[in-house]
Amino acid sequence: MGIRERLSGNEAIAYAMKQINPDVMGAFPITPSTEIPQYFSTYVDNGEVDTEFIPVESEHSAMSTCIGAQAAGVRAISATSSCGLVYMTEMLYVAASDRLPITLAVSTRALSGPININNDHSDAMGVRDAGWIQLFAETNQEAYDNYLQAMRIGEAVSLPVMICQDGFITSHAIENIELAEDDKVRKFVGEYHPDNALLGRENPMSVGAFGMPCYYMECKRQQAQAMIDAKEVIRRVGEEFGAMTGRSYGLIEKYRMDDAEEAVVIMGSSAGTAKAAVDELRAEGKKAGLVKIRSFRPFPAEELVEALKNVKAFAAMDKDDSFNAHCGPMFAEIAAALYAAGETAPKGINYIYGLGGRDVRLESIRRVYAELEQIAATGKTGETYRYLDVRE
Amino acid sequence: MKDMVEIRWHGRGGQGAKTASLLLADAAFNTGKYVQGFPEYGPERMGAPITAYDRISTERCTVHSNIYEPDYVVVVDETLLSSVDVTAGLKADGAIVINSTKKPEELRSRLKGYQGKVCTIDAGKISVETLGKNFPNTPMLGAIVKISGVVPEKEFIQDMEGSFRHKFASRHQVIEGNIKALIRSMEEVQVG
Repeated sequence: MGIRERLSGNEAIAYAMKQINPDVMGAFPITPSTEIPQYFSTYVDNGEVDTEFIPVESEHSAMSTCIGAQAAGVRAISATSSCGLVYMTEMLYVAASDRLPITLAVSTRALSGPININNDHSDAMGVRDAGWIQLFAETNQEAYDNYLQAMRIGEAVSLPVMICQDGFITSHAIENIELAEDDKVRKFVGEYHPDNALLGRENPMSVGAFGMPCYYMECKRQQAQAMIDAKEVIRRVGEEFGAMTGRSYGLIEKYRMDDAEEAVVIMGSSAGTAKAAVDELRAEGKKAGLVKIRSFRPFPAEELVEALKNVKAFAAMDKDDSFNAHCGPMFAEIAAALYAAGETAPKGINYIYGLGGRDVRLESIRRVYAELEQIAATGKTGETYRYLDVRE
Repeated sequence: MKDMVEIRWHGRGGQGAKTASLLLADAAFNTGKYVQGFPEYGPERMGAPITAYDRISTERCTVHSNIYEPDYVVVVDETLLSSVDVTAGLKADGAIVINSTKKPEELRSRLKGYQGKVCTIDAGKISVETLGKNFPNTPMLGAIVKISGVVPEKEFIQDMEGSFRHKFASRHQVIEGNIKALIRSMEEVQVG
């Protein structure tokens, strides 16, 4: 049995970091993730961890610090949000292509402008092609659990991992949580001994090499393979975590999908609100179901096709916009997955929702299901690129 | 208590409404409940209206939105009555607890026809007399626990004593003053 506690999402992440006791943290504060390095620096100060805490002057430097440390052969971590993640972007690509399994906690937040500190997924979605594994959490519990699994996953495939939770909505809300005991965590996460490292005495390696056209593409192909391989690793580690805690994880979570005719595909804290909507609709005899994406990178294409192929209509919920006059990233990738698998029966629509902290209510999600029912009944999707709860 | 109780706090930046909402979540957690305690965030300015929320339930609540149909509303600053729609969505079988020197019947006319219980407590006076300063959030916390019954009163006082001891370890007077403020507000809250 774990330890019954109540913590905010940021506290939960900082606590997971303490339990793991990583080697280096490079950090620069930004709302709403500031509390993570703040709480963690207290653990450093109290001597509860022996992490080298490196306060830097920017997020670009925070990630550079992590790259240097992880390349040298130790575990490096950081935390950020919003413009901080954008400012890190150049170095995110370097971390991933140098195959350094850094872990980065992201309390997701909108991007300017207008200037806004509240939640959406624009920051994380903006770096979705940087080569990082991206796990999203619905609750403080999942943020904590994902963090404990992140190093196992990243180190197995030599890729960095972003552990995303919704800024303020879970990062600053106190909720019940079950923590794992320190000794169990340490045993589960294990020690980090990379085969090759910049400062590895046995097998030193150079990091950040120049890649001429004759080799660059081969490097990228290997990077792509690592992301493909990550799918199986995420599943395996999620099951192993379940054996330890009773909470198992895969790439997606299906909620009341067995005979579902209308489904919402969603990510992050609003999945919980949508589950409550599904429960209401089921009580009214409607065949509503939900699919929650936990791993956006790697993208669970096969799993989503399997989950959605028998529904009549689905809505992909994007908490950001691609501004491509067409659709958000989640819808684009789900549609591509279905098309590639030859599944054309389910009718799909896309909602852009919850931007800049626009509150996502149970009623909002019910309106989405009402639209899906219409589409299921008529077979007509109408406009597929829609905004939810917006004044026009 | 019902399976789920939802509470909305209205205060002004700096009055401690957020802290009080988190203390209430703490106290309910300690009696075995599932809790959510969260403020609504924006540009944080001293004196600006702020809102905070508590969900207290027997099963985990998966909803992650603000609260629109609360069982109880706590108003930490009476002046908010003229600028914020404090009874919006408030259930008729619930109650509103207002920090005021007035009697409940004097305030009812300002609550847009709200039919439920109206309660008042002079949190400023209690705070000044027990803590020496105007910190209205502790008395408001005592009053809402009394009115809502979300936490058994005796357990609540014991629990808060523990929390305050932890928070103000070296400041004995502050601990005593806060406990006195809680007990007095539970006794003095007027129900109309």
